[in-house]
Amino acid sequence: MSPKHDIEFALNGIRQRVTVPATMNTLEMLRDVLGLTGTKYGCGEGECGACTIQVDGVSMNSCLMFAVDCDGRELTTIEGLANDTRADALRASFVEHGAVQCGFCTPGMVMQADHLLHKHPEPDAETIKAGIEGNICRCTGYKKIVDAIACVGCTNK
Amino acid sequence: MTELERYVAPTTLAAAIDCLKDGEVTILAGGTDLTPQTRAGRMRIKRTLMNIRRIPELKGIALDGGAIRIGALTTITEIMDSALIAKHLPVLVETCRHFASDQIRNAGTLGGNLCNASPAGDTAIPLLVLGASVELASKPEDKIYRRSIPLSEFFVGPGQTRRSLCELLTAVTVPLPAPGHVARFHKFGTRVGLDISTVSIGIGGTLKDGALAAARVAFGAVAATPLRAAQTEAALEGQRLDAAAIARIAAVARDEVHPIDDVRATAWYRKELIHNMTKRMLENVAQA
Ligand SMILES: Cc1cc2nc3c(=O)[nH]c(=O)nc-3n(C[C@H](O)[C@H](O)[C@H](O)COP(=O)(O)OP(=O)(O)OC[C@H]3O[C@@H](n4cnc5c(N)ncnc54)[C@H](O)[C@@H]3O)c2cc1C
Ligand code: FES
Ligand code: FES
Repeated sequence: MSPKHDIEFALNGIRQRVTVPATMNTLEMLRDVLGLTGTKYGCGEGECGACTIQVDGVSMNSCLMFAVDCDGRELTTIEGLANDTRADALRASFVEHGAVQCGFCTPGMVMQADHLLHKHPEPDAETIKAGIEGNICRCTGYKKIVDAIACVGCTNK
Repeated sequence: MTELERYVAPTTLAAAIDCLKDGEVTILAGGTDLTPQTRAGRMRIKRTLMNIRRIPELKGIALDGGAIRIGALTTITEIMDSALIAKHLPVLVETCRHFASDQIRNAGTLGGNLCNASPAGDTAIPLLVLGASVELASKPEDKIYRRSIPLSEFFVGPGQTRRSLCELLTAVTVPLPAPGHVARFHKFGTRVGLDISTVSIGIGGTLKDGALAAARVAFGAVAATPLRAAQTEAALEGQRLDAAAIARIAAVARDEVHPIDDVRATAWYRKELIHNMTKRMLENVAQA
């Protein structure tokens, strides 16, 4: 049995203390320990991006991150974007462009797009495509997603 | 078989190396190799899991004398975004662009990429071409002892390096390339970044009168380790890069590699890729 460890971190701006097994990954901690199921499990090995969250302001695959490594850091999940104006525009744009079909990839896609727009406020299509390379969508064919992100970028101009 | 007993996250290099003396320690950096490998059962976490991400000394990129020193914890994104690397080692930026996805580049470290020692590891290829060395630190008694070994001697086999169990990789040093140095990296895979390279090639040297001097060639995913290609380098050295010379050198490259068949490609196909990509890259260098 893996030893347990106490960690403390900021989750969507709120301080959290949890005890996690040393080998647990951050995705399991979010979903199974903290009950935040907005972050999705797709592949568990870094291929699909459904589990994307932001850690200290950059996007990462929560399935590839040890939960113990969250100690002392700032995490933002899709639930944390609820009160964020940049994310409001992104959400509205996804809806408007039909960039959501089954919706399974959407939380990860939005987290990654939010990070992308933070780094490149006015991205061109190539930058967007490269930025979401690690996010798989089985439904939309990507074009609507790229358009949705680009449209938010335009309003940043 | 020992089981994981404790997790530690030291904040100084000295404390981390002290901990390594035990010999039964699994080092955790970004975790992008460790997580999938342990999940799949390809790798077992030892008695102590040591997270090195809280050690400031392992971070940062700096110009240090005639070399650029890149801390082991530097992420692939930080390399890509570094003005210093872009200025002096542009081939490394080019390599990082084709590395995995944004999320993985934000987490994965240079030290992890080299210590993971995959035959298809991407950063090793340009670093071999640039003549990089790795710095390893240990603490046999009460002082930190550092040794440096050329990257060309670092890899032993898949997942195996010359780092001893009580050493930590602290940094990579890259000598500043001579004026007129050109270097290229090319990776072949089907899903650009996320694919493990089917083959990868690095070529570099000082371009003068249409020929490369101090030529270096490195190949990934064609052998048990990333490797320098001595015969191809010899064929390339000082040769004016006209069509006939390029054809000759590409043929030497094809004959020099002895890849295997695996799920990503057959040995025959890999040899063809090495031939065609070497040719294309040399044509590109000739126009530089
Ligand atoms: C979907 C996916 C795509 C990927 N694509 C690529 C790619 O395109 N190209 C590529 O090259 N790699 C790729 N990788 C592999 C991986 O992301 C890289 O190798 C990464 O750089 C590893 O760094 P890390 O910090 O995450 O290492 P970790 O997983 O933390 O560690 C890797 C290994 O190195 C050891 N280690 C780490 N740091 C040190 C140190 N300082 N001293 C001693 N030992 C150490 C660890 O004990 C472990 O054995 C991919 C991985 C995934 C999951
Ligand atoms: S679940 Fe993390 S990348 Fe697929
Ligand atoms: S909307 Fe269904 S996977 Fe993207």
